[in-house]
Amino acid sequence: MGSARLYLAVAVGGFRRYASYRVATAAGVFTNTVFGLILVYTYLALWEERPGLGGYDQAQAVTYVWLGQCLYATLAIQGGGAEKDLMERIGTGGIAVDLYRPVDLQLWWLAGDVGRAGFQLLGRGVVPFVFGSLLFPMALPAEAAAWAAFAVTLLLAAVVSFGIRYLAALSVFWLMDGRGIGQVLMITGVFFSGMVLPLNAFPDGLGDVVRVLPWAAQLQVPADVLMGEADVWGAFAFQAAWAVALLAAGRLLQSAATRRVVVQGG
Amino acid sequence: MFVEGVRAYGLIAGMWVRSGMTYRASFAFTVVGNLLVTGLDFVGILLMFSQVDSLGGWSLPEIALLYGLSATSFGIADLVLGSLDVLGGRMRDGSFDVLLVRPAPVLAQVGADRFALRRLGRVTQGVVVLGWALAAVDVDWSAVKVLLVPVVVVSGAAIFSAVFVAGAAFQVFAQDAAEVQNAFTYGGNTLLQYPPSVFGKDLVRGVTFMLPLAFVNWVPAAYVLERPYPIGLPGWAAFASPLVAVGCCALAGLAWRTGLRSYRSTGS
Repeated sequence: MGSARLYLAVAVGGFRRYASYRVATAAGVFTNTVFGLILVYTYLALWEERPGLGGYDQAQAVTYVWLGQCLYATLAIQGGGAEKDLMERIGTGGIAVDLYRPVDLQLWWLAGDVGRAGFQLLGRGVVPFVFGSLLFPMALPAEAAAWAAFAVTLLLAAVVSFGIRYLAALSVFWLMDGRGIGQVLMITGVFFSGMVLPLNAFPDGLGDVVRVLPWAAQLQVPADVLMGEADVWGAFAFQAAWAVALLAAGRLLQSAATRRVVVQGG
Repeated sequence: MFVEGVRAYGLIAGMWVRSGMTYRASFAFTVVGNLLVTGLDFVGILLMFSQVDSLGGWSLPEIALLYGLSATSFGIADLVLGSLDVLGGRMRDGSFDVLLVRPAPVLAQVGADRFALRRLGRVTQGVVVLGWALAAVDVDWSAVKVLLVPVVVVSGAAIFSAVFVAGAAFQVFAQDAAEVQNAFTYGGNTLLQYPPSVFGKDLVRGVTFMLPLAFVNWVPAAYVLERPYPIGLPGWAAFASPLVAVGCCALAGLAWRTGLRSYRSTGS
């Protein structure tokens, strides 16, 4: 139980760290709102042309846009969460000190990142979403059970998102510089999460592939659960499976990497 | 002053290019990555057109023309001045003061700070899409229209550069709020990739008269493609991009000087 309290404290620390930049948060809210507005108009034009595209009506497409803006920073879809700090620790050699600490490296960073996600959801994500719901008709459920299921998918999405970024950060042990892999994270995150276009509106073939990749767990699955377009338990299972697989892969890569850092010596 | 600035810019930028080349694998990743990440917007448009034949009444080659013009102009501005968005961070940690005491124009120094050749990726994909669009659009090309294209690209780059500089000046007052300028730079670029007919008239009015991004591509492209512009504009507006660019740059320069003068160093 002692260690659970430790990781809870780390998560709270992650939350508070991001909560201290209030002006930056307000600036982020503004930017997400502007992008949401631009995207909404383009999606409305698209759904005007092709009603029912991807199984969504216009209200659902609008909901999807604002949910995307809400989760953009929350799930660090283009990067910029714990992995950025971890890359710097590896690059500067500070990671050697981290490895001496009597805590689990992966859980430590996971806890901090979940805390960060929690703040960015409340501080940065909710406002553009509410703004969008006031200006445009959206497809939101009335019953509490749907919102509860949505909350669970968000937590699972945060773990999957961390799992992907943790793997990317560990690659810096070999690459020595995080900028390149950061770009790769950005591209894959934006495209495969469905920030460009909902994954269910992708053309056949490509759509079938992207909908089973781990990034689908980030935006598409929570959106479909929120709007009642997906089987809830199937969605949970899909996300949980990817979360477990990615965390396990992270452990494997971590043990390979830590053997190497001794050689590198920071 | 101007020559001196350009020279200082060149020296600093060259230094950053050499530094970036140190980690070759990572550099290669970033160039390809930049090309791909900036090309994603166009992939998004292609994905949309895999489902529809027109968007807001515009065909794919026509939208590609909008995209190519905006992405190329924005890419040039981003390559030259994209580093300005780290200015807020420099002010926060106090390292901005160092730039003030060096014998070179401050704007050249911050502009060239962390100069990243990988940003050529954005220009490249913009030029590729623009080239394809010019070949594919169904336009009755006249000499005026042909000449207008390069003029618009350069003017657009100047307009976006002005936005970057104005954003930098804004960061002096609101240091932590650096992200707000992304709404106008990246946001503006995203907006211009879609036809004006998609957006509400008020938004189009704002982007035409208040923050005149429309002169980067919407207004001249509407002329080239002979499409009606959603709000009434006089005929000469299609050729006004260079004039708008000069005006924007003058205003941005003024804003930058004001910002620089009211800068107060950090510290407690």
